[in-house]
Amino acid sequence: MRRELAAFGCGVLFGLGLTTSQMVNPAKVLNFLDFLGTWDPTLAFVLAGATGTMALLRPFILRRKRPLLDERFHLPQRKEIDRNLILGAAIFGVGWGLAGFCPAPPVAALVTLHPKVVIFLAGMVGGFWLYRRYEINRSGR
Amino acid sequence: METTEFTPLAGLLGGFLIGVAATGLLWLLGRVAGASGILYGALFGKGEERRWRFAFALGLPTGALLYKSLIGVIPTTIEAGPLTVAIAGLLVGFGTRLGHGCTSGHGVVGLASFSKRSALAVLVFMTTAAVTAYIKRHLL
Repeated sequence: MRRELAAFGCGVLFGLGLTTSQMVNPAKVLNFLDFLGTWDPTLAFVLAGATGTMALLRPFILRRKRPLLDERFHLPQRKEIDRNLILGAAIFGVGWGLAGFCPAPPVAALVTLHPKVVIFLAGMVGGFWLYRRYEINRSGR
Repeated sequence: METTEFTPLAGLLGGFLIGVAATGLLWLLGRVAGASGILYGALFGKGEERRWRFAFALGLPTGALLYKSLIGVIPTTIEAGPLTVAIAGLLVGFGTRLGHGCTSGHGVVGLASFSKRSALAVLVFMTTAAVTAYIKRHLL
C-alpha cells in the first residue's frame, strides 16, 4: 500500500505540473511544434525545467544503495540504438504532431470531460493493444 | 489555428513539478517516470507491477483536479477532428511502445540521465512532430 501511495503522490505532482505548464492544452503543444507559424516556445521551458531539476537531483538519489520502497533501482538496460527506437519515435512524433497530445497529458485532461480526449485515449489504448499483439507474435516465434 | 500566449514562468514552474515527480518516483520506487510505459503497464501488467502504475496513472487526473480547484480553468483546445484525433492516438500508442518511451521517458528522464538512445529518440520525434504539424496546418 505504501508503494501505491507513493506512486499516486508522484502522479498527482506530475498532473499538477502538466496543468501548471499548460501542456494539457494541445493548442499550446502544436504552437511549439509549429515554429514557422504561431510559435509559442513554452514547451522548451517546461522540458528545461523538468530535465534540469531531475539532472541536478538524480546523482544524489543514485548514490543511495536502493530506493526507499524497493530492493533495487530499475534502470533501463537497453544501450544500443536499433531500428525500433528510430521507427517508434518517428511514428510517435507523427501522432503527436497531428493532435498535440503525447501519452500523459490526455490522462490528466480527462477532468475537462472533453469528448476528443476520450477519443484520443481510446485510440492510444488501441495502439498499445496492437503493439502487444506484435510483441506476442514476435516472441512466440 | 489558435494562438497561445508564451508563458515561460508557468512553463518553468510546471516543468519543475514534473521533474520533482520523476525524481520522486526514482527515489521512492527506483522507477523511470515514463508515461507510455506506466500507462501500458497499468493496462496490461500483472499484480504488483500493475498496481503502482495504475496508482500513478490515477494521480494524473487527480493532480489536474487539484489545479482546477486551487487555480482555475484548464484550457484544452483540440484543433483536430475526431477521426484525426483517433488516428493520432493509435500512432502515439503504438509508436511510444515500439520506441520504448515518449516525451517523459525519453524526454525528461532520458535527457536528465544523458542517455544517447533517448537523445536520438527526442530528436526523431521532435522532427517528425514538427514536420507533421507544419504539413497539417499550412499545406493541407
